[in-house]
Amino acid sequence: MGVDLTSNTAGIISPNPFWLASAPPANSGAQVMRAFDAGWGGAVWKTLGTPIQNVSSRFGAIKWKGNAGVGFNNIELITDRPLDVNFREIAEVKKRYPKHAVIVSLMVETRDEWREIIKRSEDAGADGLELNFGCPHGMCERGMGSAVGQEPAVNERITSWAKEFATVPVLVKLTPNVGDIVPHGLAAQRGGADGVSLINTIKSIIGIDLDTLVPQPTVGPKSTNGGYCGAAVRPIALHMVAALARDPRFNVPISGIGGVTNWRDALEFILLGSSSVQVCTEVMLRGYRIVEDMIEGLETWMEEKGFQSLDQVVGKSVPAYSEWGDLDLNYEIVAKIDANTCIGCNRCMVACHDGAHQCIHPNPNGIQPIVDEDECVGCNLCQIVCPVPDCIQMVKVDNGYTPATWNDHVNDGAALRPKKGAH
Amino acid sequence: MGRVPADRAEAVFEDFKAAYSLQQAIAESERCLYCYDAPCIQACPTTIDIPTFIRKIATGNVKGSAKTIFDSNILGMSCARVCPVEVLCVGDCVYNREDSPPIQIGKLQRFATDAAFEAGWRFYEAGADTGKKVACIGGGPASLAAAHRLRMYGHSVTIFEKRDVLGGLNTTGVAPYKMRADRSEDEVDWVLGIGGIEVRLGVSVPGDVSWAELESEFDAIFLGFGLGPDKFVGGEEGLSNVHGAVDFIEQFKLGAVDLSDVKRALVLGGGNTAIDAVRELRGLGVSDVRMVYRGSEAAMAGYQHEWKAAKVEGVRGVWHTSPVSYEVDEGRATGVRCVLTDESKKKVPGSEHVIDADLVLVAIGQAKIGELVAGLDGVQVEWGCVVTDASGATGRKGVYCGGDCRNGGKEVVNAAAEGRDSAEAIHAYLMGGQ
Repeated sequence: MGVDLTSNTAGIISPNPFWLASAPPANSGAQVMRAFDAGWGGAVWKTLGTPIQNVSSRFGAIKWKGNAGVGFNNIELITDRPLDVNFREIAEVKKRYPKHAVIVSLMVETRDEWREIIKRSEDAGADGLELNFGCPHGMCERGMGSAVGQEPAVNERITSWAKEFATVPVLVKLTPNVGDIVPHGLAAQRGGADGVSLINTIKSIIGIDLDTLVPQPTVGPKSTNGGYCGAAVRPIALHMVAALARDPRFNVPISGIGGVTNWRDALEFILLGSSSVQVCTEVMLRGYRIVEDMIEGLETWMEEKGFQSLDQVVGKSVPAYSEWGDLDLNYEIVAKIDANTCIGCNRCMVACHDGAHQCIHPNPNGIQPIVDEDECVGCNLCQIVCPVPDCIQMVKVDNGYTPATWNDHVNDGAALRPKKGAH
Repeated sequence: MGRVPADRAEAVFEDFKAAYSLQQAIAESERCLYCYDAPCIQACPTTIDIPTFIRKIATGNVKGSAKTIFDSNILGMSCARVCPVEVLCVGDCVYNREDSPPIQIGKLQRFATDAAFEAGWRFYEAGADTGKKVACIGGGPASLAAAHRLRMYGHSVTIFEKRDVLGGLNTTGVAPYKMRADRSEDEVDWVLGIGGIEVRLGVSVPGDVSWAELESEFDAIFLGFGLGPDKFVGGEEGLSNVHGAVDFIEQFKLGAVDLSDVKRALVLGGGNTAIDAVRELRGLGVSDVRMVYRGSEAAMAGYQHEWKAAKVEGVRGVWHTSPVSYEVDEGRATGVRCVLTDESKKKVPGSEHVIDADLVLVAIGQAKIGELVAGLDGVQVEWGCVVTDASGATGRKGVYCGGDCRNGGKEVVNAAAEGRDSAEAIHAYLMGGQ
């Protein structure tokens, strides 16, 4: 292979960009060593602090078409194992796997506690630290986790303590339970963070048991809000990563997290500015073995696209993430249905008729619906609902108008093409 | 209603298509594309809203799913088992158009309707009494569907059935690896559960009750008397080991048969009854079962998917061969004398030969008995079938018809549709001007 997957996140080097996120799969030394054997490049150790007591049950999942966990939620807290056991195992892992990255996630309260736990982490051999300012359940009720991450001033202060005590790189893990992620990333940066990781989980209620009427995960007759994760949160995470990556004031590395299930998902995070990618839910559902495909898939894609090293890929899509006002309003496409592959399910027709702009009609002479291209607004809902690959294509129309954005139009009076379907 | 005896030879048969478990039903229903204006609906003679009932299984609304089915076809439980879905709904699933496996609509329909029967869900109540009386002649699927719909409108209904069991061929004729007789009786009970349907068993029309008597007692008549006895080649009289196939099937479905001495069986014919018969004989333990048909394998009237299953089960076909007479020894046939036929099914001179057999079933069709209505002036009969308009109305005021006696012998689902639609027409007739 002519591709170098070596990842560098704020000075934390790993043989590939795939890390276990701070969560149950990185709870113990035995687990992390098995993960490294499977091919994971790094692991963020399950958050250390004052060990807690957990509840039963702890997880909930959204089931979709027979597949449990497209959305996932947990009410588990930080480590419940003695700190000296955790540190002993971290040291053992680093001794056996010196080239893999071990980042230790931390969550304590006072300045003295931060000093103490950072020292013990570094003594154990940590390659980096991740400050857990994101946990949205349980710990925040005690003034930690997302309670810190939601207050930029507190975030900045505690980050600066950590930086004062640490010699290894410090990442701040951000919570998505905020209106705008950017001020929080900037707060961490001001506190001296070497990088950020995001997103942590989203405050959520995953569901209700319709027989007992108790929300899930069920703890006897009650439940509580948990942290939402899994594939369903990926679009939210991608946006938050990209929002920081494209902000000119923000200039520290990002470790991307949120709903990564395979190499394609991971690549999206990398393209939007992540130097490494952390995974939890998919490993919980399918095991460490998924990383083999992630490595192969990323390598093959990079070879096919002509990239030699990961840093050539990081952030490659950020310039294409624009404000709406800078989109070309004169860019016009229409739907074309391939009559040869159409199977006549009419899903495009009902979707267009009920959910879009009423421009796909029954065909009196065949099973394939007909697109009225004069009315088609090019929304691509039909393409999304079509079950046949490549049957519906969105084809560019040369309408003779030069590109013009809303901002061009407002500022310079640029001509816009006539609206379609707006009568 | 009375039950068929427990000791029936058909009890040895397992379902050819196994019932879905809950997980299997959900997995299959989630695969459905939920087409709009779906072709499967158009392929169903009763136009069940198939995508809707399947989606309801996927969401866990099995009760609503069953109601969607029964709203269109009150015999949805038996149709789920006996319909030739391969040439109806499943055959028209859009997945076929991309060579993907089509949705198993029949198995999903069975899942939902079985659940309704097991749970005892009841969806329909009789309408307020209209004071009108309707006679349904025959106790098979057409009459049951008509009777149920008529009761929903509040008309009183009496079913006349010459046998001592209801359900028609669903009870006496359906291949037991699709549905056994007791399950058909479950369905009869389910239909009669709407209440107010009087059943007169063992009463033959017009033998025991004349048309004139019926017309004086009832405001309308629905004819659903089906087909007559098996047709024969000729020369079968008095041969103890030669039977009409429909008659033989009824024997082992409703009672015991002894085939322990049968080594070689022949079934004469190439239709679906013939295929049922060969598969049933194999299932009942006959080792050498052959179907003798005068045309080619490709030309047979029976469904190819059924014949394929028969072959897998070890049945052989004897093609381009036409029976002429029987070889007889002491009141038993020892073989069938046959001639070969050419591509146009014409006999080839000098090709006579004998195929040995110690059991022969004749499956060359059932008699059409439209002449039963000879006493009803205005009711036309063509080719033995009662003639109606699309609604089911005959040429005589107040007389309607559906099922095999009208269509010449189609599927249960056709009878269910014609019975249901005739009931709608009868209702409009009875309530006309009110």
